[in-house]
Amino acid sequence: MKDDTQAPDTLLLANVSRRHFLKGLAASSAVVLAARWDLVQAESDKNKAYGADAMPHGWVDNPNVFIALSDTGEVTITHHRGEMGQGIRTSLVMVIADEMGADWKKVRVEQAIGHEEKYGNQNTDGSRSMRHWFDPLRRAGAAMRMMLEQAAAQQWQVPVAECQTDVHRVVHQPTQRSLSFGELASTATQLPVPDRQTLTTKKPEQWRYMMRQPKEFKSTQKEQPLAVDGWDIVQGKALFAADVFYDDMLYAVIARPPSYGSSVGSIDDKAALQIPGVVKVIAMPTPRQPSGFEPLGGVAVLAENTWAAIKGRKALKIEWDNSSAGDNASYDSKAYRTTLEQRADTRGKVVHKVGDFAEAQKNAAQEHKANYYAAHMAQAPMEPMAAVVKIDGDRAEVWTSIQNPQAARDGVAKRLGLKPLNVTVRCGLMGGGFGRKAKPDYVYEAADLSKAMNGRPVRVQWTREDDLQHSYFHAVALEHMEATLDKQGDVSGWLHRSLAPTITATFAPDPEHQSAPEMAQGIRNMPFQFPSIQLETGEAEAHVRIGWFRSVYNIPHAFAIQSFMAELADKAGKDHKQFLLEQLGAARQLNPDPKNPVWNYGEDLKRYPIDIERCRDVIEKATEEAGWGKDMPANRGLGLAFHNSFVSYCAVVADVEVTPSGSVIIHRLDMAFDCGPQINPDRVQAQIEGAGVMGTGIALMTEITASEGKIEQDNFHRYLVPRINESPKTIHVHQVNNRLDLPPGGVGEPGIPPVAPAICNAIFAATGKRIRTLPIGNQLAS
Amino acid sequence: MLTVTVNGQTQSLDVPSDTPILWVLRDTLRLTGTRFGCGMALCGACTVHLDGQPIRSCMTPISQAVGKSINTIESMENDPVGQVVQQAWMDEAVAQCGYCQSGQIMSTVALLKNNQQPSDDDIDGFMSGNICRCGTYPRIRKAIHRAAKQAANAPKSTANQTTSDLQALFYEVTA
Repeated sequence: MKDDTQAPDTLLLANVSRRHFLKGLAASSAVVLAARWDLVQAESDKNKAYGADAMPHGWVDNPNVFIALSDTGEVTITHHRGEMGQGIRTSLVMVIADEMGADWKKVRVEQAIGHEEKYGNQNTDGSRSMRHWFDPLRRAGAAMRMMLEQAAAQQWQVPVAECQTDVHRVVHQPTQRSLSFGELASTATQLPVPDRQTLTTKKPEQWRYMMRQPKEFKSTQKEQPLAVDGWDIVQGKALFAADVFYDDMLYAVIARPPSYGSSVGSIDDKAALQIPGVVKVIAMPTPRQPSGFEPLGGVAVLAENTWAAIKGRKALKIEWDNSSAGDNASYDSKAYRTTLEQRADTRGKVVHKVGDFAEAQKNAAQEHKANYYAAHMAQAPMEPMAAVVKIDGDRAEVWTSIQNPQAARDGVAKRLGLKPLNVTVRCGLMGGGFGRKAKPDYVYEAADLSKAMNGRPVRVQWTREDDLQHSYFHAVALEHMEATLDKQGDVSGWLHRSLAPTITATFAPDPEHQSAPEMAQGIRNMPFQFPSIQLETGEAEAHVRIGWFRSVYNIPHAFAIQSFMAELADKAGKDHKQFLLEQLGAARQLNPDPKNPVWNYGEDLKRYPIDIERCRDVIEKATEEAGWGKDMPANRGLGLAFHNSFVSYCAVVADVEVTPSGSVIIHRLDMAFDCGPQINPDRVQAQIEGAGVMGTGIALMTEITASEGKIEQDNFHRYLVPRINESPKTIHVHQVNNRLDLPPGGVGEPGIPPVAPAICNAIFAATGKRIRTLPIGNQLAS
Repeated sequence: MLTVTVNGQTQSLDVPSDTPILWVLRDTLRLTGTRFGCGMALCGACTVHLDGQPIRSCMTPISQAVGKSINTIESMENDPVGQVVQQAWMDEAVAQCGYCQSGQIMSTVALLKNNQQPSDDDIDGFMSGNICRCGTYPRIRKAIHRAAKQAANAPKSTANQTTSDLQALFYEVTA
C-alpha cells in the first residue's frame, strides 16, 4: 500500500503541497522560507492588448510566488501550468532555476493548485506556455538571485556589486568567501523584491541549462537537467488523475446519452444494483444546449470499485429520449459531407477580399478547383478523463488532471455554491490532453455526484468508449478551393471557401460559420499575397460538441492550402518547392490588413509578424535535408508542405512509398521547425517528432464518423491511431532560426498541420494519385 | 479468497474472480503504475507479466492468476532487464506524457527477455500492441536498441547481479 498516493486529508488551502513536499525530504528539520506573495502584486493588468497581458489573470513575475528556499539548500519551484507531455514542467522550472543560479539536483518541483489570482494564467492551451512565461519567469529567477546576493552583501557588510552567484551559492569576489543558498535563505526571503526595472537577467552565455542539447551535458553528466518526472514515469510512480485514493471514496462511471442533447427516458437499475459493490444509481440532469462545459447528463453508477461500477453500468437498462436532441439524433456524417459539398458550390460569407476574383478568372491562362474533406476526430489522450471531488462543509477539494484548473475551480464553486477560493483543484500529470482536457465537464460530473452523496469523495472514471463517443470533437471540414494562373504560371486569383462547424456552437447559439480566429488558423493569415484573394466561410451547423484538437482548424486549412498549392505547381509545370518560394515572394514581414488586423494567436503582429523569410527558411531546410529533387525508386516519392501557426513555422518533407496493395509506408519525415529560441531544445524536438506521428495518423487512419446520431467508433479497434509499425520509420527534426533575438513561438501544436499534406503530396509524387479526403483509409487499395 | 503473488509478495484477495487483474492491481492493491487505457486489450497501457509472459491485465480475470506470479512496472527496478530498459528510457528521454510508458516498458522487458537483439521488424511486431498517442515511437525504438546493446555488453549472469552492480556497469558504459 503506498501511503504517498493518499491525498492529504486536509482542505486547508495554504501550503498544503509544500508540507507534502517536506514529508518526502530526508532532512525533516528543513524550514521552507517563503515571503508573502501578495505584498508585491504583478503589474500584469496594465496593457491587455496582446500576449500574456491579454490572458485572464495575465502573468506574474514575483519570485515569492514561484520560489521557496529552505535552510537545507533545497529550492522548491512551483510550476503552475499543466503538464500533458510537452515537458513544460521541466522547461519552465529550468528557466527559473537557471536564472537564479540554482543547482538542478537541489531543485524540487511542486505543482500549483488552480489559483490564477496568485499565479497568473494557468489555462494550458494554444501553445502558449513558453511564449507567455519565458520573460516573467526569467525575471522571477533573476529577482531571487539578486535577493540572495543582497542577503550575502548584508551578512558580509560589503557592497552588493562584489557579490555574485555561481552555482547554488553566492561568492564574494574579492575574498572568494561564499555562502550557500541554504545559508542565505532566511535573510533573502525577508528582503523586498527588487523593482522590475532594476532586474538584470543573465546573459545567455551564462546559462547552464537553457538552450542546450542533452549531448552538451555528456562531459558533465551530473549537470544534465533531467526531466522532472522522468524517473517517476519509468518506474510507474507518476501520479495521474486516477492514481489518488481518498478514504471512503466511491467510483463512478456514467452512461451518457447517445446523441448530443438526448436525455434519459426511463431507467431500470434493478440488475445494476444487484452487482456486488454497486452502491447507488443516480440520474444526471440533461444540460441545456449548447452545453459548453456542462456534463452531458445520463445515468451514473456509483460503486466501491471501478470494476463494479463498469459492470453496473453494463447492467443498466436505459431508454433514451431523443426528442430533446433535435436533428442531432439523426446526424449522419456521410450525409453531412454531401450537404457540405453541395453548399460549397455557392458563395459563402466573404470575410476578406483583395482585388476581384471574377476579373482574375476572365484573364486566367489556367483555372483549377478542388474540394478537400477532413473528418471528425477525437483527441483520445491515452489517459481517459478522471476526477475526484470531495465536499466538506463550505469547502471542496478536487484531484484531477486538467489543462485549465481555474475553469474547474470556478465552475465547481459555482455549481456547489461555494467561494472559488474554498475550492482547491490539485493537478496530477495529464496522460495526454491534446485539447480534450481543456474542458472541465468531467470534473463537474464528479462535483455533482459528490454533492448527491452528501460530500463523500467520488471519482468519475471515463472509459475509452466514453472518451470516443462523447468527446468535444475536432470539426469536420470541407474546403473548396479555386485558383487562376497567369501566363507565367503564377497564381493570379485565389478563392478559399471553408465550411466547418464552429467551436462557438458549443458555447453559444450556433452561428453556423467559423469565427474570425478560426479562419485565421491558416486561411486569413496565409503568407501568400496573391493579386486577388477571396476568403469565405460556408454554412456548417454543429451536430456534436465541437472542441479544440491539437492545432485545431489549422489541420483542414493547411491540408487544403498545401495540397492545392502542390496541384497548382503541377498545373503550372513547376517544381513544387520552387513554386512555393516564387508565390511567397521576397523575404519580408506581413501585416496583411492593418486596418482590420488578422487574429494572430493573441499576439501583436508587430512583435510576431507573418515572416516570409522564416517561411522560406523552413522550406529550404526541410528540402535540403531530405535531398529534394533526388531520384526516387518506383512507387516512392517526396512530398513537401509548410504551414505557419501559433506564431511558429514548420515545413515537412515526407518520403513515402505506396505498395502495390495500396499500403502507405512512410520511410522518413524531415521536419524543419522554427519557433524562434528553443529554450529546451530536446523537448521541442520531442514535440515535433510526436507531431510527425500524430500527423501521420491524421493522414492515414484517424477518423470519427456518426450514424443515426451516434458515434460509430467506440474503442481502438474502430478508432485507428498510429501504432509503432505504422509510424514513420525515422523522423528528423531540424532547428531553424533558434535565435534569442526572435520572441518565442508555440511548440506543442504547429508541427501537426503540414504533416498530412506533405504525406499526400508525396503520394502524388509516388503514384500520380491526388488525395483530397482525410484520412486516406483504403482510398489507395487496388 | 484468491491467492496470487504480486511483485514477489503473496496476496490473499477477496474480490470477484472475474475482476480483471488491472482493477485488482489498481483499486485493491493500489499499485497504480499499471494504467487503464481501453479495457479491451487494444492499447497495451495495462501490460504486466504473468509468470514472465506479457499480458493485457484489463482483459485477464484475476482467476487466471491464481497460484501464479504477477509482475508490474513497480517491480522493474529490481529486475535486471527492467533496470536496463528504464535507464535506456531515461537516456533517450522517451517519455512525453508518460501514461503509456509503463506498458511500453513492460512489453519491452518481455521482448528483450525473449529476443536479445531485436531488429526493427521484431520491434514493430512485438510493440504494435502498445499505443502512444504522444508519438514517442521513434525514441522507443532507439531506447529498445540501446537497452539491447547494454544488455549484450553486460556479463552473462545478469540475472544474479545486484542492482548496484548493474548501475556500476551503466555508469561505466555511459560515462
